[in-house]
Amino acid sequence: MIQTRPLTAEAARADFPIMERRVNGKPLVYLDSAATSQKPAVVIDTMDDYYRRYNANPHRGVYAISEEATAAYESARQRVATFIHAASPKEVIFTRNTTEAINLVRYSWGRANIRPGARILLTEMEHHSNLVPWQLLAQEVQATLSFLCIDDDGLLELDQLDRQLEGVQLLAITHQSNTLGTINPIKAVAEAAHRAGALVLVDGAQAVPHMPVDVQDLGVDFYAFSGHKMCGPTGIGVLWARRSLLESMPPFLGGGDMKFEAGTPSVAEGIGLGAAVDYLTQFGMDRVRSHERTLVDYALEKLQEVPGITIYGPRDSEIHGGAVSFTLANIHPHDLATLVDREGIAVRAGHHCTQPLMDRLGVAATTRASFYIYNRADEVDQLVTGIQKAQKVFA
Amino acid sequence: MSDDLYREQILEHYKNPHHFGELPDADITQEGDNPLCGDVITFYLKLDDGRLGDVRFRGRGCAISQASASMLTDLIVGKPLQELKTFPTKDLLEELGIQISPARMKCATLSVNTLRVALNGDAPEED
Repeated sequence: MIQTRPLTAEAARADFPIMERRVNGKPLVYLDSAATSQKPAVVIDTMDDYYRRYNANPHRGVYAISEEATAAYESARQRVATFIHAASPKEVIFTRNTTEAINLVRYSWGRANIRPGARILLTEMEHHSNLVPWQLLAQEVQATLSFLCIDDDGLLELDQLDRQLEGVQLLAITHQSNTLGTINPIKAVAEAAHRAGALVLVDGAQAVPHMPVDVQDLGVDFYAFSGHKMCGPTGIGVLWARRSLLESMPPFLGGGDMKFEAGTPSVAEGIGLGAAVDYLTQFGMDRVRSHERTLVDYALEKLQEVPGITIYGPRDSEIHGGAVSFTLANIHPHDLATLVDREGIAVRAGHHCTQPLMDRLGVAATTRASFYIYNRADEVDQLVTGIQKAQKVFA
Repeated sequence: MSDDLYREQILEHYKNPHHFGELPDADITQEGDNPLCGDVITFYLKLDDGRLGDVRFRGRGCAISQASASMLTDLIVGKPLQELKTFPTKDLLEELGIQISPARMKCATLSVNTLRVALNGDAPEED
């Protein structure tokens, strides 16, 4: 049983060794958790402990430390299943990351099921990880891609959904946009897709770390996410799929052990992800979400006061997760990111691997600030001060 | 090398770029871009008896990419084409006079890489 613990950024920061770090002589202000989150000591220590005390290949040895490694790895799978409300740990497939999870569906389910002439429906706000695999599959099997558009507030044009779903075999959609922060109404979208006879794959890379996710309640078919954005290590990701669906799918990788996880797995990383799940569970994902909502509200309010700024994505934090993208009239995002780095502030500048979305917004790049449990409101203030300094340089 | 990435000279080139515009009678027009960051530069080159008679450029992107293009035009106008075909990247970086981090190197070298493509008609030399 995991002890619950109140969530304050101040308390959470103490769990993250990197928060001691200074960058360019200034305390690190890390506003790029949408790219990768920082890691609490408990995750680092859990992985270290595996390597020091019971490093062994799981699922094979009959000796003690191999059994310990197997138990720890499978326990992590169980905890991930509980975390996302999967019906069974057998529905949790470990991959390297979200991209590999989506590619697993492409190679296994997609090749066996997508028919020539069929349609795959995506949205304009997809990350390349949920775009390129489908472009490649469409080329391979002679299917076509179409895109659900977004409006000027960065919301999906859902009134077009039923029409767009005609002849669609798969809808692949992000739960939360990594660029705009938009949280999509997955449950309603999935219902519409199923009515039209399509399956639904969700890119949950930006959702599972930041909000409660119940894959059964969402009613989707495939759900993919990454460990490293949710306090866990790199090199471990998850594909969840309904068990009946998994059983119907051909193998992804050939090799020893399982149909979808051939070869020696990322053991330490899997165990580390289990520790990350426990770490987040002590706060509760509702609390994580409301902490980030407060930060997004504050950031939207403060950034709006900056002269010459354009903020993208919804203004309502109810449907805006912890990532805020913006551009400035006279400063390119790369110049801004370089200048605020001088102040120790880490923000992302670029197209965020969402080029169709950049085209829709009519920009080459944006600056993105993204938040997590360890971020404080005063870090938003520091970002605004950094922007003002940059504006003086470019005045 | 100055540590100040946005020293006055770079900002001056960015705000008031030299040789900015187009040449309607250009002999060579060459576009180059950094797909990852969206920096774009187009060079218009007018050749004159084995030399670069005149040059203009258009572009958009970060200060480093645009200032470097502006500085490059000053360095190359009037020079023999044979020389420009192998124009050393380090000469441009010296002109920029700042420490360029690995992440920003593509911004700083977009102009000189585009020039090499324009004059050699092939992929840019990797330094």
